[in-house]
Amino acid sequence: MIEADLVVIGAGPAGMSAARQAVEAGLSVVLLDEQKRAGGQIYRNVAHVSPARADILGPDVTRGGQLVAAIQHPRITHIAGASVWQIEGGTRVAYCVNGVAAVASGKRLLIATGAIERPMPVPGWTLPGVMNAGAAQILVKQSGMVLENAVLAGCGPLLYLVAAQMCRAGSPPLALVETQSTADLLSALRHWPGALRGWRHLVKGLGLLAEIRKAGVKRYSGASAIAVDGADHAEAIRFTVRGRQHCLSCETVLLHHGVVPNTQTARSIGVPHEWQARQRAFVPTRDEWGRSPQNGVFIAGDGAGIGGALAAELAGAISALQIAGDLDALTPAQRDAAARPLRRALRGELALRPFLDRAYPPYQGALSPADETVVCRCEEVTAGEIRKFAKLGCLGPNQAKAFGRQGMGPCQGRYCGLTVTELLAAENGQSPDVTGYYRIRPPIKPVTLGELASMPATGWQPNGKQENDREN
Amino acid sequence: MKRDLAVRRLDEPGRPVVVRLDGRDLELCDGGNLAAELLAAGIEPFRRTPVSGAPRNPFCMMGACFDCLVEIDGVTRQACMTEVAAGMTISRPGAVSETKND
Repeated sequence: MIEADLVVIGAGPAGMSAARQAVEAGLSVVLLDEQKRAGGQIYRNVAHVSPARADILGPDVTRGGQLVAAIQHPRITHIAGASVWQIEGGTRVAYCVNGVAAVASGKRLLIATGAIERPMPVPGWTLPGVMNAGAAQILVKQSGMVLENAVLAGCGPLLYLVAAQMCRAGSPPLALVETQSTADLLSALRHWPGALRGWRHLVKGLGLLAEIRKAGVKRYSGASAIAVDGADHAEAIRFTVRGRQHCLSCETVLLHHGVVPNTQTARSIGVPHEWQARQRAFVPTRDEWGRSPQNGVFIAGDGAGIGGALAAELAGAISALQIAGDLDALTPAQRDAAARPLRRALRGELALRPFLDRAYPPYQGALSPADETVVCRCEEVTAGEIRKFAKLGCLGPNQAKAFGRQGMGPCQGRYCGLTVTELLAAENGQSPDVTGYYRIRPPIKPVTLGELASMPATGWQPNGKQENDREN
Repeated sequence: MKRDLAVRRLDEPGRPVVVRLDGRDLELCDGGNLAAELLAAGIEPFRRTPVSGAPRNPFCMMGACFDCLVEIDGVTRQACMTEVAAGMTISRPGAVSETKND
């Protein structure tokens, strides 16, 4: 068992920045990350991209490189390729690396597991050739591969970023099928003052749009009735704009309509979550330092509510300051003085969010999919079946699971959870908060019996009664 | 079924190594991301679902969706979380009879 003052799960911007801030206060840190290299998804593979790839990815690479360099510190133990499958007793973390299970124990735990793309269930989204837009970006970052003959569908800043990167790579997308409407943009304009405070991001966004225009990529906006056609692979995307039907042949469809907190780890230890209507997602309950109601557990970054990479970096550092304060490495005055400029910068970073959230709302056709659309990819359960379970009296997702198995496949509800909550909430006329979410139980990532058996004797009992059992 | 590859490499591919895919030799880039390398080799589908037999390929590339599950040396693993290593034995659950580039 490896021990440290602080165990961090996730080496993205929040986790890396927290680790660095913690060691600067004199703490020791174990940084667990599932990927082979630090960076998270936003800065994935950042320290190893070729110059050509760095030009395609843009200036963000520099920032990520600085963060990765900053975690090279004698008191930071970065354990790469570590897949966390259980947390017990609040801050003891069981993980597997190279087929061997082990435990990291901290006086405090910081969960910095970031975001996943909001599930976008449309007819045909399970076909080979259909991927998340983020997946296309990961192919560029990790493997230096670009997808060709692709149509991007959905909305939001990432859709433009991926499109612009594909243009720079010499394989512009065939088209952008955007779901936001002019009405969305108009309603977002009342948040214009905040948007102006986030002008740097706006300028960057306008630059991306200019690149996309220059590459001659056709853009459709206000699209609805999106569906992917194909027998064994995506062959075309169909959609409607202002009553007119369109059908574009393509080999790849990249879906994206925003990102949502990846709450799997926090939920597995019973951290309460609440519905955030503006971002249409659940966020964990936490105080201004990122402290959750679970003893010793902090949550920072996009996993605590979407704010983007720079906001995540600031939030991670703020949590680390409080953790250092908790462990008497900083006085309250030192902690507060160090946090003040970070909080000011964080407010600036978040100023643009209300504008973005309203200008690019999630695609309604995926929040409330047509009956025949598969919503649970693993168990292949349709929206119509979920609605039927509501009619049979299912009020929440855990009860509905027993009827259709949705959420019980290998992804453990990561790509159907929000859709099922929204469907049941709408059908029963209840709020998402009342409807609730899947109860997440360990193992939160697969672990083999062989890996379990490889675990050194530490007095750790995988089947032992746990503190968080009372939540279940 | 032969399809023009939808994947283009931006860099020179890495050193090739031989793996076994469904009982046949296949060259992939050493240390590359297994899901990406299989996509670039035109392998499709990665598996068929146990529920309906529907074909599946990678979807999220970040370890969250589990659609890229393949069997590696006898254990079901996420291809997108695995690095290519010489001699690894890969089989595609439920998809053995169809190799795209045949």
